[in-house]
Amino acid sequence: MSGLWREPGRRLRANTGAVIALGIVVILVSMALVGPWLSPYDIEALDWSHVAAWPGMAHAHWFGTDRLGRDLFVRTLDGARVSLAVGLVASAVSLSVGVSYGAVAGYLGGRTDRLMMRIIEILSGLPLIFFVIFLTVILGRSETLLFVSIGAVGWLTMARIVRGRTLSIRQQEFIEAAVASGASTARIIVKHVVPNVLGPVIVYATLTVPQIILFESFLSFLGLGIQEPRASLGTLIAQGAGEMEAAPWILLVPGGFLALLLLSLNILGDGLRDALDAKESG
Amino acid sequence: MTRYFLMRLGGAIPTLFVIVTLTFFLIRAAPGGPFDREQSLPPQIMANLQNAYGLDQPIWVQYARYVRALGHGDFGPSFKYKDFTVTELIGQGLPVTLELGTVALSLALALGISIGIFAALRHNSPADYATMSLAVVGIAIPSFVALPFLGLVFGIYLHWLPVAGWEPDSIRHLVLPVVALALPPLAYIARLTRAGMLEVLHSRFIRTAIAKGLPLHTVIARHALRPALVPVVGYLAPAVASIMTGSLVVESIAGLPGVGRYLVQGALNRDYTLVMGMVIIYSAVLIGMGLVADLLYAWLDPRVRFAR
Repeated sequence: MSGLWREPGRRLRANTGAVIALGIVVILVSMALVGPWLSPYDIEALDWSHVAAWPGMAHAHWFGTDRLGRDLFVRTLDGARVSLAVGLVASAVSLSVGVSYGAVAGYLGGRTDRLMMRIIEILSGLPLIFFVIFLTVILGRSETLLFVSIGAVGWLTMARIVRGRTLSIRQQEFIEAAVASGASTARIIVKHVVPNVLGPVIVYATLTVPQIILFESFLSFLGLGIQEPRASLGTLIAQGAGEMEAAPWILLVPGGFLALLLLSLNILGDGLRDALDAKESG
Repeated sequence: MTRYFLMRLGGAIPTLFVIVTLTFFLIRAAPGGPFDREQSLPPQIMANLQNAYGLDQPIWVQYARYVRALGHGDFGPSFKYKDFTVTELIGQGLPVTLELGTVALSLALALGISIGIFAALRHNSPADYATMSLAVVGIAIPSFVALPFLGLVFGIYLHWLPVAGWEPDSIRHLVLPVVALALPPLAYIARLTRAGMLEVLHSRFIRTAIAKGLPLHTVIARHALRPALVPVVGYLAPAVASIMTGSLVVESIAGLPGVGRYLVQGALNRDYTLVMGMVIIYSAVLIGMGLVADLLYAWLDPRVRFAR
């Protein structure tokens, strides 16, 4: 990393909350990645001798089991893996669409810019959740399409942010120099504009991942997302909410995991924003 | 001012029309139809049903008929709930949903703004840090996680409030759903108010107001609050969207007889008219909120009125 990143890195390390959040994110993510593989249980394995077992050390399922005797810990970790995958892929989709749209609109300016921004204005007036619900109904329950359709509605804010930055970058001398040396418009956007908007893009992307995880859990909760026997955190919470009175841990284990994950990601994103943009902190 | 409002209102109608058109064709593009059952119906009955609901016509004719009926305020019959029109179905559930949403939004605004001012006035104090940390928690935890947790604590363990269910005119049944729905926007509004307030408090006209000896609460109420609330107004429409989205699941967890269930169930059942009705109502509320926000902007910040 170049010297450009040293100062923000120092500021981030000085932010205790953000460092702890980063630690928790790393732990939760590695648990989700490695946990199901290390565990003796399979997400679909039924243990009829321990149906809806309380959490505890008395039997082999430390975090309890669900109605069908499936190990809740493994199911939660596997659900987290699905949720994280959706979060990352959909954020990547929304990031690439948003950055290219915003950079092109901001750099070209004029009538093109006005038209492109008008489209964003109309789209952000629409209740996008409905369109995701319809897309999932129309396209069937494919996980890949779920990733794409969530990402496809999440890029509007990113495009706005990138366009705003691009407008001010366009005025600067190094762009003028690039134009004078005969670089093509496409090359200037890719080589000169995009690298210079990466700061706010990274910050916003960190905050997009928890939003999208939340959104996916919401869809899965409604029964429109991930389907049985696979589960995301949202489907697990939906199952748990139905059994709250008799077996609260079926709700508490995945609910707690999701809450902790979203909380740490949000704190980390806020910390990154403060570290990269000293102006906004305070 | 009136001209400004009419101009914005004129812009809202084409948006609504675009939404109606998009939804109409999107939902009909979905595989399957409203009369598909596990056992397929005899062809004559199917043909009769299709004919009775006008589904045997070309899609453009159906679209034209639907829009014309809509112009007369007729949302059409429900395909799934046989003896009901969409207007009746939505009319029954909407009061519950509206009550839930309005109370949640008012709570979020009242508490969020007060907490934001409180934190800004105690900038960098432990109270400020504590409220802002709580705000991060509030933003991060979605209402469909918060509601079961609240139900577990206040309903099952403490027995203070009912976990789920609904009775007419019963406030007790609304408490937990309202709180769960209000929390994320409340936390966000608190953060926005605090940030807006801090910025305004550092400006010169506030220093002048304090210097001429006005008491602090007068400075806040008369001078600081209006400009500080501009970012909150910008968040109004997203807040309503977040509450509407949240109420889809909150109603189903809490067993409230609102309209939330019609949207997802309608889409799954291919109950075309019901889904359309829901989308129109929700979009109208959302667009209406955008209009209210525009008016509030103009009221809070006179520059908006004159800058075209």
